[in-house]
Amino acid sequence: MSDVVFKLVLIATVLLVILHLAGFLIWVERRLLALLQDRLGPNRAGPLGLFIIVADIIKIFTKEDWIPPFIDKPVFVAAPMIIMVTALLSFAIVPFAPGAVILDLDIGVLLFLGLSSMGIYNVILAGWASNNKYALLGGLRMAAQMFSYEVFMGLSLMGVVTLAGSFNLSAIVHAQREGWFIVPQFLGFLIFFIAALGETHRLPFDMPEAESELIAGYHTEYSSMKFGMFFVGEYISVTLFSALMTTFFFGGWLGPVLPPLAWFCVKTAGFIVVFIVLRAALPRPRYDQLFAFGWKFILPAALLNLVVTGALVLWKSS
Amino acid sequence: MNTVFFIAAGVAVISTLLVICHSNAVHALLYLIISFSAVAVIFYLMGAPFVAALEVIIYAGAIIVLFLFVVMMLNLGPVATAQEKAWLQPRMWIGPSILGAILLALTVSLLWRGAPTAAGGAEVGPRQVGAALFGVYLLAVQLAALLMLAGLVGASHLRRRELLPESETKTELLP
Repeated sequence: MSDVVFKLVLIATVLLVILHLAGFLIWVERRLLALLQDRLGPNRAGPLGLFIIVADIIKIFTKEDWIPPFIDKPVFVAAPMIIMVTALLSFAIVPFAPGAVILDLDIGVLLFLGLSSMGIYNVILAGWASNNKYALLGGLRMAAQMFSYEVFMGLSLMGVVTLAGSFNLSAIVHAQREGWFIVPQFLGFLIFFIAALGETHRLPFDMPEAESELIAGYHTEYSSMKFGMFFVGEYISVTLFSALMTTFFFGGWLGPVLPPLAWFCVKTAGFIVVFIVLRAALPRPRYDQLFAFGWKFILPAALLNLVVTGALVLWKSS
Repeated sequence: MNTVFFIAAGVAVISTLLVICHSNAVHALLYLIISFSAVAVIFYLMGAPFVAALEVIIYAGAIIVLFLFVVMMLNLGPVATAQEKAWLQPRMWIGPSILGAILLALTVSLLWRGAPTAAGGAEVGPRQVGAALFGVYLLAVQLAALLMLAGLVGASHLRRRELLPESETKTELLP
């Protein structure tokens, strides 16, 4: 009984924290980008301009929720919900501290891969349902981008799985007591990070959105909270991938002195900041360059990483 | 456990029927995603979590995206939907209905006689699947790999225009 109550409290806490964090990240991103681009950013409302979050939320909720007449209504309405559902569900397998995991699943890594491949549908379907050529181009780009990146996202994680000997995320964290996987799996980490940028379609890989060429890509026709869901869903995905990079490569909640949860939060926050700084640092590559880079360079690197890791594990065990 | 199975099976059957009957290609594909997900639930219940995960990743994820990609490239509009509607006349249903009814009668009669219970038993995790694939079925895995290599070479051959001199490819659009 107490177990069920603990799980329910954990679920409620995770939902509350993640959704609020997504709102908070809007402010973090705007202030941080402003800092890096030598301007001030939103600094008027409240201390450090923090109340801009409230203002943003009021604005986005009270705008006209315009559904154009030429769209495919059921798909158009369903598309923004998909990313919220899949990204939030993925948090079920993340171990935040020893014992504090909602679903201690033996196929945790596979569940995450499955949910992330389902999450892509929000962009593709939004692009198709909008019945608008720019949105359609955005959706097509996302579909092609997903083909290129899903493959080696899975492959890059297989090195970690081989070393830990399990698909269970808690087991992966425990296997890093001797040393974080970032050292033996540095190549795997780089590949996973690049794939994470592609999957969350953040700059420099925000081809589906590309406001300078496609207006706003797949969410051109969306307004009010439907647009807000894409926006918040993107931040939730960024948080998710940061938490997963922490878990897979940086020892999760492992660390000296500080309590486990604090270590987890510090590491995750660090990755979120990296995501945002990259947006200010890198330009968007051309569309075909991205794919050539993915198939000709990263895929062989991911395969090499897997083969070498497997050979070393076999050599050590024999 | 049985209740979950019957709910998942019902969802799978209904969504698959809708895949066949729907006149809008994209909507039909969306029902196919639901059908695959329902089948994944059934695999999970049967004690094959690894296969369930692969069903979602490969079928519901990658393959349907490929279908959607092609449908989006063709950009079928309301015209195609109208054409599909015109093709789905009631008399088109006679043949498939008879064949489907025969299969249904066979299934019901087998269930009635209390046919042997399905797989069940021990859970087949990732480790067991891997041991089987790279142990007993190693030859089949290598044959599949050869087939895929042939496919890869074929795809690469179809894209070989890339290798021609710059002047001949200038008018070609980017992929």
